Amino acid sequence: MTLMDDRTSGNHVGRSLRRKEDPRLITGQATYVDDINITGLLHAAIVRSPEAHAKILSIDASAAMARDDVHAVYTGEDMADLLAPLPMAWAPDGVEVHNPEHWPLARGEVKHVGDPVAIVLGTDRYAVIDAAEDVLVEYEPLPVVTDIEQALEPGHALVHEQFGTNEVHKWSLGGGDMEAGFAAADVIIERRVVNHRVSGAPIEPRGVLADYKAGAITVHTSTQVPHFVRLFMGLMLGISEERVRIIAPEVGGGFGAKLQVTGEEMLCAWASRKTRKPVKWIETRSEHMATCHHGRDQIATVRLGAKRDGTLTAMHADIVADMGAYLMLLTPTIPSLGAFVMGGVYKIPAITTDITGVFTNKCATDAIRGAGRPEATHMVEVCMDQLADELGMDRLELRRKNFIPKEAFPYETALGIVYDSGDYHAALDLLMEKLDLPALEREKEELAAKGIRRGIGFSTYTEICGLAPSRVTGPAGFGLQTGLWESAIVRVTVTGAVTVYTGTSPHGQGHETTMAQVVADKLGVDPQNVEIMHGDTGTGAMGLGTYGSRTTAVGTESVARASDKVVEKAKAIVAHALEAAPEDIELRDGKFSVQGSPDKGMTLAEVSGMAHVRPELLPEGMAPGLDETSFYDPNNFVFPFGAHACVVDVEEDTGKVKVVRYVAIDDCGPAINPTIIDGQVHGGIAQAIGQALYEHVMYDEDGQLVTGTFVDYALPTAAELPSFETDRTETPSPVNSLGVKGIGEAGTIAASPAVLNAVVDALRPLGVTYLNMPLSSESVWNAITEGSRA
Amino acid sequence: MIPAEFDYVAPDTLQEAIAARTAGGEDAKFLAGGHSLLPLMKLRLAAPTLLVDLRKVPGLSGVTRENGHWRIGAMTRHAVLQDSHELGAISTVAAGIADQQIRNRGTIGGSLAHGDPASDLTTAFLAYEGTLTATGPDGPREVAATEFFQDYLTTALAEDEVITEVRMPRLEGYGYGYEKFTRRAEDWAMVGVVALVKQADDGTCEDVRIAMTNMGSTPLRARAAEDALRGRPLDAGSIAEAAGHAADGTDPPADRNASEAYKRHLAQVMTRRALTSATK
Repeated sequence: MTLMDDRTSGNHVGRSLRRKEDPRLITGQATYVDDINITGLLHAAIVRSPEAHAKILSIDASAAMARDDVHAVYTGEDMADLLAPLPMAWAPDGVEVHNPEHWPLARGEVKHVGDPVAIVLGTDRYAVIDAAEDVLVEYEPLPVVTDIEQALEPGHALVHEQFGTNEVHKWSLGGGDMEAGFAAADVIIERRVVNHRVSGAPIEPRGVLADYKAGAITVHTSTQVPHFVRLFMGLMLGISEERVRIIAPEVGGGFGAKLQVTGEEMLCAWASRKTRKPVKWIETRSEHMATCHHGRDQIATVRLGAKRDGTLTAMHADIVADMGAYLMLLTPTIPSLGAFVMGGVYKIPAITTDITGVFTNKCATDAIRGAGRPEATHMVEVCMDQLADELGMDRLELRRKNFIPKEAFPYETALGIVYDSGDYHAALDLLMEKLDLPALEREKEELAAKGIRRGIGFSTYTEICGLAPSRVTGPAGFGLQTGLWESAIVRVTVTGAVTVYTGTSPHGQGHETTMAQVVADKLGVDPQNVEIMHGDTGTGAMGLGTYGSRTTAVGTESVARASDKVVEKAKAIVAHALEAAPEDIELRDGKFSVQGSPDKGMTLAEVSGMAHVRPELLPEGMAPGLDETSFYDPNNFVFPFGAHACVVDVEEDTGKVKVVRYVAIDDCGPAINPTIIDGQVHGGIAQAIGQALYEHVMYDEDGQLVTGTFVDYALPTAAELPSFETDRTETPSPVNSLGVKGIGEAGTIAASPAVLNAVVDALRPLGVTYLNMPLSSESVWNAITEGSRA
Repeated sequence: MIPAEFDYVAPDTLQEAIAARTAGGEDAKFLAGGHSLLPLMKLRLAAPTLLVDLRKVPGLSGVTRENGHWRIGAMTRHAVLQDSHELGAISTVAAGIADQQIRNRGTIGGSLAHGDPASDLTTAFLAYEGTLTATGPDGPREVAATEFFQDYLTTALAEDEVITEVRMPRLEGYGYGYEKFTRRAEDWAMVGVVALVKQADDGTCEDVRIAMTNMGSTPLRARAAEDALRGRPLDAGSIAEAAGHAADGTDPPADRNASEAYKRHLAQVMTRRALTSATK
């Protein structure tokens, strides 16, 4: 490809370049796990528990084994050689966390519907699924725990007998004088805020292809965290880490569901070693809905205190969180992530979050897009509207009065968290400009005459992302037993092509494009000639993966720093060749030259050619090549923020909610690629509207999953969503050199309270003052009916 | 999501198809689009041993007009009905089935034979008081809509019979309204209502037919509401009053989206709306 001048001029950051990923994705040339086949592979089907809680009395696999196309059937007993159970990565100082052993195949008891009991291996994918039905498992049912509030009552049935309680842990984060804060309040509101269980539901379910050969194992898995999988696979299987290679090929969405070290990954790897054959497992949608970790599922009692003039004095959130049956990689940490930003964008002198984790006989919860922060934002923003109503104050005036002002940044909250930068008034001002509230209010009356109730809801939010920094999140701080840095390698080849290796593992976010934009500007090359390699522990950089909106703020910053090192070396080479001082060399329009003498100079390709082909021309003592590594661990999180408004029309006679407009102003620092930011915001909002109105993972009182398909678990489609209106303010973060903050989760974190507040706003004239999600038409109609009666 | 093992044939003639179905015994099924059957098979809620695909059988598709009726071939896809605007309510109903991908595959014969009270065309068929031709080893017979739906997923069709044609009266002079209340656009109706109304010269209701989706174990006629409106002026007041009787005598099954009480309420609201559009 030719290097066109206008493409090397260094102005790609900030432009909406088309995604480099898209041609292969939209022409069917992407390679997902299920597209990979290895000669001689065995297909795996997993026998799963139909019981929510039961003792396994016997397993009879003889009928399955009798089939010609079945190679082997293994149960938990066969896997006694595993060196460790599945990991849970949190061990905070001074907090007792009840953590039951969790094995890839159940040992003795099953704890939720879908708990794996046996694996069937065979030569035909259809045959192994038939054979799995022939494995006869005799269960003795045990009492089932489904309700987190009842589960904590004394004498209630237990999920794990050995702990003598269903309580997983208690954890608190607070700051400021709570007693004084509430004593100073003229008004205290208290609301029970329910944040129900959801599924990440990526379009590509999970999939694993494990191949053990000659003492080494290579595993293709649809994951967000290949390096974590490698680490734990080595530990569990007793294979030294250098002989474990994890590859995340194309990954069809994650949404946190693939931020996990799964039993299925270990099961396939173990079975491949056992059989000495490649083993492939591709998850069905039904399996995904029942067994891939869910998210949210908290009940919070929130108290918010304020003076008569609206000044906030204290906030308390008491959260009971459903952990499900086992603690997976990050399960008990999720509500805590929300606690870090409890209080949102407001100056509140005293804030405390108390969290109680509870076991139930359900699939585990863990990170799903936003992971704790949507729940916290929902509490804060819903309660701000509730408080405004109680005070008889305009809800936007209440917000503005309590915003942390621009000049206060960096701002240390009552919790000791330092918000890096923000301008909340600017975001809300821009939102109001786009929204035209007076016009919407005027339409209210006309619509009411037709039985349509119009409501407008707001959410002004901040969130905490860019996970990192290790000193805060790691063993010495929050208690994750890992650092959360990133590393990158920027390698310039002899012809001047650039290959970048990142330890992050993008899976749809567009980082192959945005990282290339950053590198192109740094090095003065065309982004088309910058290839971003990721998701393979066997090649390139170490890292911790893609989640927590960390890939740009931590991963791309790391890439930028490695690029800077390349530039530094290139300048030294050019300075030597041109007999100038390195500090006098500048990069302009794709050429390294002496300041003031643009005619003489070298392109990156020429520099790299010299570095590789003519090392004798390099400065004395300089090593050949143009290939630099950086490790980066930021000194703080980043805190994106924004202001969202949702406009709904509610049918008075049915309760049906229609989102008619959604306006989002988001600030993630200087935009690298505005279109990609819009895409992330669109998807994030859609996911939150989904939770607010449609999506709900439901279990019945017997612990049976009743939303096991996409018919019952209702993801919103384009038909349910308006055309989103987005815009940005750009407030740089002082944390990293790019000034950037994450944007992958912001829409999901911000949007659910905007929807809920809009529906409550619509129904206030009918006497409805408060609602919980999901806002199904029947629940809204019931509220209208009861509100009208009250 | 992986069905149990089954055999599959796609015969070239109706006689061969019926013969294959008969030879296949009670676990053989006709495949006529498959957008209800295949998901059931993938969820392993159905496990037929043989599928007899009707897609190659000639003469089963298309819409023709004849003697005051529409003749609709049983293998006519929903998408074709959707684009046949001359069909009025039937076209509108077809356009609201699930999503376009399903409408491109699903057929009217398959839908009626499945007999799901939550499906859309069953309700239209009942409202129109259509008839269908069921063809078995002994030849064709006529079945009226009023006799066709017997219980949940149970119709008057014998095991070895196949629907070959559906006929709907053209109902000249009738206005129509269709209301489908769903959670999402692509979902099954919580309640759906087809209303067909003929207005007399004096502005009163000469005839009215109201049929409802998902209000019982079969699609249902809202007879009490019809009786309340027939002969009355077609104004908002009498429509509202008649609609108030839509759920009379029904015992709708509750599901996760709608309780029985809510469905009964929705039936009244949707009936009012459908009658209102039918009289515009």
